[in-house]
Amino acid sequence: MAPQLLQGSDAVAQAAIAAGCRFFAGYPMLPFTDLLESMARRLPEVDGVCMNAESEIEAVNMALGAGAAGARAGTGSCGQGIALMQEAIAEAALNEVPFVVFNMARGQQDYFQATRGGGWGDYRTLCFAPKDVSEAVEHTQLLFHLADQYRAPVMLYGDYLIAHTYMSVDVVPIDFGPLPPKDWALDGSLGGTGKSRQIWTWAMGKAGDPGPGPDLHWQRIAEKFEEMARVETRWESIDCEGAETVVVSFGTAGPFVEQVVGELRADGVRIGAFRPITLWPFPEAALAEACRSADRVLVFEVNAGQMIDDVRLAVAGRVPVSPLGRVSIDFSGMRQGEILTVPWIRDRVHQAIKEVKV
Amino acid sequence: MTTPSPAGPTGAGVPAGGPAAAVLIATDAPPTVPNRKVAGALAPLQLSGEHHLCPGCGHPVAWRLLLEAIAELGLANRAIGVVGHGCYTNIVSLADIDFLQCLHGRAPAVATGVKRVQPDTAVFTLQGDGDLASEGLAEVLHAAARGERITTIMLNNGVFGDTGGQMTAASVVGQRTKTSLDGRQPEAHGYPVPVAELVATLQGSVYVARGAVHNAGSVAKTKRYLKRAFELATSGAGFTFVEVLTMCPTGWFLPTADGPDYIQDTFEQTYPLGALKDV
Repeated sequence: MAPQLLQGSDAVAQAAIAAGCRFFAGYPMLPFTDLLESMARRLPEVDGVCMNAESEIEAVNMALGAGAAGARAGTGSCGQGIALMQEAIAEAALNEVPFVVFNMARGQQDYFQATRGGGWGDYRTLCFAPKDVSEAVEHTQLLFHLADQYRAPVMLYGDYLIAHTYMSVDVVPIDFGPLPPKDWALDGSLGGTGKSRQIWTWAMGKAGDPGPGPDLHWQRIAEKFEEMARVETRWESIDCEGAETVVVSFGTAGPFVEQVVGELRADGVRIGAFRPITLWPFPEAALAEACRSADRVLVFEVNAGQMIDDVRLAVAGRVPVSPLGRVSIDFSGMRQGEILTVPWIRDRVHQAIKEVKV
Repeated sequence: MTTPSPAGPTGAGVPAGGPAAAVLIATDAPPTVPNRKVAGALAPLQLSGEHHLCPGCGHPVAWRLLLEAIAELGLANRAIGVVGHGCYTNIVSLADIDFLQCLHGRAPAVATGVKRVQPDTAVFTLQGDGDLASEGLAEVLHAAARGERITTIMLNNGVFGDTGGQMTAASVVGQRTKTSLDGRQPEAHGYPVPVAELVATLQGSVYVARGAVHNAGSVAKTKRYLKRAFELATSGAGFTFVEVLTMCPTGWFLPTADGPDYIQDTFEQTYPLGALKDV
């Protein structure tokens, strides 16, 4: 295929289908709606199914059912809709059903519920936050692979800028290597053979062939998430070597911060930018290393301060950490906000540097 | 309330004109030879007779009918059960078919996902009235309206049995529970939700029936309902629904043996038995 000018939602839909997604269920909510529309248009072309679920709760449970039956499945929403899905995301983490949740968030106020989860139990949700449509296309395909590899629900943290920006992208299937067969998936074929399957958060097994039970099962899952944290952490660090100031941002805010940092560096300011690509697992060690020479860390996020908690944990009190952003419905799609502009961010950074020096 | 059997012989025996092969065991006198197990009591596909359910519970009878229906229709190696949360959840460990245990109330949505990507399977949900009529009414109505090719089975005992006897949306008027101490009062608690009747009004449902397991005739009819429901759903006709009234003497605060009479005298007045829809 050749590069095409695609709207982000359609590019993500094509990437999902290129990754083998054949089942999608959703409920409209801006700015997620366009992805649902693209899936409804494109999935039937590949004999896939797109469901108009009656609520976000049903949508995520449909995806769970399709995932349990072995399909590559997806669902999505944003904000309050993601909140409604949290119970099922937790359930899927604990009964090990893979699917991808597309959180086309309203701004960055979903950081907590993307990284902490709102469901019950000791689980984590692997979460990628692409900076633009091109990265979203790659992350979408990788997430379907990682969901199957770890048998876990995973999340793409997009937003209005991912969902509605047009970008020239080439959606080609990416080969991430072989995966084990889905011999755990339910198809009914082993009924009556003594080897029938079971997907159950309590993992009680069958009479005569007991499972590990909840304690051992959940402990093993906790260890699986520790392994994911060791292996799957991703980040981007720009000019942090020797920097006195490091600005941390995530998702589509990243390119704006990158531009600000580039301009200031050209002016002689010793400043770098750091962007977690995985929100969970958060790149704690890499951020601590990036801030080694810094005497201040600034966190730009479009919310009242959510990721800043993780930044503070990462630097563990060695460097003062200050917030730069603020609440805005900027890039919610409802209306244009004011804070996501290079001059606005640059002014804030200038101000922060001066404040610390005085 | 059951009346205790009168003492003394009641004349039990082989009725005149009955099948020649019928062997009835007289129960009006102590046995002359020690009773012993003469055959296995497990249903087809049942892995164990051990379960944690209370004496007098109707669920095991419903389980048996479900497994017999699946086995007799030759669906054992195509069946996928999606099971909600309740006393009946234990079937996930006790039957030799594929099971997915899911969140409270969500089984019809989960089953939709399963069936849509495995269209050749026989997908059914097993839920209670707390799971389905209270927590998950939206899921079952929308699955029915969409005409999903699945069978939903609701075991209705009008009470949250697993949590110890609280009122559900299906508790009948006057029913005493731990959260309706003076009986379900319409002015305080509203009226029971007749799920089968609601499902029957939806165009996507092709078969709706309400059976029970409190006497031999109901047991036999309920099995026919289940088989018909599975046949129609797996043939692609549409959504099928079978409600089964089950005894819960523990949750009804009744002597164990009084469960069947309570169904007949109380539940059947609210939930009449029979096939409501068969297109």
